[in-house]
Amino acid sequence: MQIIHTDLLTIGAGLAGERCAIEVAGAGFSVVCLSLVPARRSHSVAAQGGMQAALGNAIMGDGDSPDVHFLDTVKGSDWGADQEVARMFVEAAPIEMRRLAHWGVPWNRVVAGTHTYWKGGKPFDATEKAENHGLIHSRAFGGTAKWRTCYASDGAGHAVLYTMDNRAAQLGVTVHDRSEAVSLIHDGETCHGAIVRCLRTGELRAYLARATLIASGGYGRIYRASTNAIICEGTGLSLALDTGVAKLGNMEAVQFHPTGTVPTDILVTEGCRGDGGTLLDRDEYRFMPDYEPDKAELASRDVVSRRMIEHMRTGKGVQSPYGEHLWLDIRHLGEQHIRTKLREVDEICQNFLGIDPLHQLIPVRPTQHYSMGGVRTDKTGAAYGLKGLFSAGESACWDLHGFNRLGGNSLAETVVAGGIVGRNIAEFLQGYDTAFSTAHVREAATRDEARIGRIVSGADGKESVYAVREAMYDILERAAYVFRNGKDLTWGVQALQEVHERAQHIGLASDGVGANAELALAIRMPGMVRLALCVCHGALMRTESRGSHTREDFPERNDRDWLNRTLASWRPGADLPHLDYEPATSYVELPPGDRGYGGGKIIPAAS
Amino acid sequence: MQRSLTFNIFRHNPQDPASVPHMDTYRLDETDSMTLFIALHRLREEQDPSLKFDFCCRAGVCGSCAMVINGRPGLACHTKTRDLPATITLLPLPVFKLVGDLAVDTGTWFRAMYQRTESWIHTRAEFEPAAQEARMENEVANAIYELDRCIECGCCVAACGTANLRPDFLAPAGFIRVARFAADPRDERTDADFYEIIGSDEGIFGCMGLLACEDVCPKHLPLQNQLGYLRRKMGLTVLKKLLPFGG
Ligand SMILES: Cc1cc2nc3c(=O)[nH]c(=O)nc-3n(C[C@H](O)[C@H](O)[C@H](O)COP(=O)(O)OP(=O)(O)OC[C@H]3O[C@@H](n4cnc5c(N)ncnc54)[C@H](O)[C@@H]3O)c2cc1C
Ligand code: SF4
Ligand code: SF4
Ligand code: FES
Repeated sequence: MQIIHTDLLTIGAGLAGERCAIEVAGAGFSVVCLSLVPARRSHSVAAQGGMQAALGNAIMGDGDSPDVHFLDTVKGSDWGADQEVARMFVEAAPIEMRRLAHWGVPWNRVVAGTHTYWKGGKPFDATEKAENHGLIHSRAFGGTAKWRTCYASDGAGHAVLYTMDNRAAQLGVTVHDRSEAVSLIHDGETCHGAIVRCLRTGELRAYLARATLIASGGYGRIYRASTNAIICEGTGLSLALDTGVAKLGNMEAVQFHPTGTVPTDILVTEGCRGDGGTLLDRDEYRFMPDYEPDKAELASRDVVSRRMIEHMRTGKGVQSPYGEHLWLDIRHLGEQHIRTKLREVDEICQNFLGIDPLHQLIPVRPTQHYSMGGVRTDKTGAAYGLKGLFSAGESACWDLHGFNRLGGNSLAETVVAGGIVGRNIAEFLQGYDTAFSTAHVREAATRDEARIGRIVSGADGKESVYAVREAMYDILERAAYVFRNGKDLTWGVQALQEVHERAQHIGLASDGVGANAELALAIRMPGMVRLALCVCHGALMRTESRGSHTREDFPERNDRDWLNRTLASWRPGADLPHLDYEPATSYVELPPGDRGYGGGKIIPAAS
Repeated sequence: MQRSLTFNIFRHNPQDPASVPHMDTYRLDETDSMTLFIALHRLREEQDPSLKFDFCCRAGVCGSCAMVINGRPGLACHTKTRDLPATITLLPLPVFKLVGDLAVDTGTWFRAMYQRTESWIHTRAEFEPAAQEARMENEVANAIYELDRCIECGCCVAACGTANLRPDFLAPAGFIRVARFAADPRDERTDADFYEIIGSDEGIFGCMGLLACEDVCPKHLPLQNQLGYLRRKMGLTVLKKLLPFGG
């Protein structure tokens, strides 16, 4: 077996992984990044909106500062965030945006003079200051007091990821694409790298590293309907979980977006509703005003998602070959508006759905969108439980987002956390030596080889990997979706335990040779079910509603009992995660209060 | 009426010594809003789990899913079966190394391309964390973005006659990359520097100008304009090199 040595091994070459890699390579260390796909195809490339940083150059961002950004972020998190992390983040974000400009991102810039902007379907005029001409511009995003989102036309993720990958190439960072980490090499105390499967040939390789970073993105694809790229299957998280010592934080915190399209779950922007689009049911009846007389379609993401599910439960959903959905109607906005202001929506409808939104309804349903949960780290990015293991980006629970992430804060997190964690890793590597035991490498490789061999030969059974995945989807859809309740969650945990058992008996229908996708999924599947169990079990235990986590049977946010973070670990041979809890934040700058949107009662903390 | 679709799909597994390149035929009933993304996944999950193809974003932004669809390179994720005849023939992109069936290794090709074009900003300026960002005209930013939109899908490379003949041809995707940096005032490289990269038959002078590349680009990048522009610019650079007073 080929063995590759490096100072830092990064599992993931999206924005977070590459930003860390650049920092560490810049300090003179060797870095190898792994990725399932060429680095530039990582999910980060798909983000369109932009990233938040309190630069305050635009007139609608006038008076913005890291302090205001801090307030928005902590409120947005429903007080689940680590406030020390949020503070570091807001202070560093403006510097990182400027650094990206220096590296080549074509950020949109302020043009002095009067311009027409849009808000809530209405145009208005604003005058940009002459002294800010040519500085980085910003746009509006939900849940922010100021316009703070830096953007590059309609492709911020693309522009930033390409620039980042260019910078990484310039510094000599090695990227091994079509390579999947399948387990971590560790001795229960220190992480030594990973066993990696080549997705071209199917061969296993061992990477020995003094430091290992998990930057593998979100786990959206444990759900059937997700706006995430289809490679976001959470394998990085399950590798950490499988060590038995690392912990995952707040796995029950899953964000849903009201307008994922059907069939392929591509996101259409919140702007549709902002500009006056309405939601209709199977009878083409507008139902939102019945539930939310004041705000109707313009209530917050989580609220609208909840109402849509409630309404479908009354039998008013539209049946389709791809499951039940509702309609988004933007026809009344007219040709002029749709073909210009909502061009991206128009294109998605035409290119992917084959419908013309001028004359036809858009099929939508609430769709998994973001994973707040992840590998729990301290503020330096070091994972709990294993020395030499770090995590950053969407795969990490650092924990900037608590129970709900704000739009534009995730892309910004990848580069800000990437920078901070990268510097910490470089410091960690300085003068740090470790001994690699060949026995641990051999053990890990032999175990993985044997497991893969059993799947290919069908030695453990003949369960179809696709059937197992469908079963997991069905359960999560009923038990751990937008709404949760004790009864469904109890059922869900038990049903997932059965699916977990089935996942141990997967056998292939094909030969498994080379770049075989059935085998790749079969290898991931048991880990994905374990993540699903962390979500479901964590949600069952958390008897309150906070951020995106909504319990019908416990509608209050309960600061008295639940102002904390769930930590999940998986003990060898267990069929359920072990849960414990830690305070949400030890540093308190902003005491718990009302978020100012989303409604709901609060049970105050005892003190 | 619902159509029954016939798929003729190229099959070859280079990792299997017994595998011989051939075409396999599959049938599938068409559903509403069916795309090749949906169709191929259904074929794999319901009929033949050994089928190999690539998708990632399934939203037309990552460039993973390019293949030759009824004779023409395109993105499978935003191709609707409704727009195709009932018989659909799928082949892997030429030029790139075959991973298996419809999956090709674009990653290695593009990595070599961006190493060769040194696809990063060349500047002597140091980043100063405490300073305000350097100013830029918004128009300039937009112009750079327009050239930066390439998703490295490889459609243009596959459609290019020269690239099919000459493995070392920089190809349209490489030219547009050079154009992107040439348009960026932050990059201090001169025409002579760019000439080193593209001023040869493996570069801009190998282009036959038939423009198959622009026709197939799913992002509608202005390949034609940029090729013409670079060719003129490089022509001038040659002249300057030949003439002693050229400067
Ligand atoms: C449709 C959409 C739009 C969005 N828009 C915005 C926005 O406008 N603003 C914003 O702030 N956020 C947005 N987000 C969220 C944001 O895009 C992501 O959270 C962020 O890009 C994640 O970056 P990352 O670096 O953590 O992971 P990713 O970019 O997902 O990268 C993960 C990397 O890990 C690799 N990988 C995974 N598993 C393994 C393994 N086992 N072995 C080896 N490699 C592995 C992958 O190949 C990839 O390289 C959006 C999300 C979606 C779904
Ligand atoms: S115009 Fe030039 S680059 Fe484009 S396809 Fe033809 S030969 Fe290739
Ligand atoms: S230029 Fe167009 S066709 Fe060529 S790789 Fe880029 S996006 Fe694809
Ligand atoms: S899957 Fe990303 S472009 Fe088609």
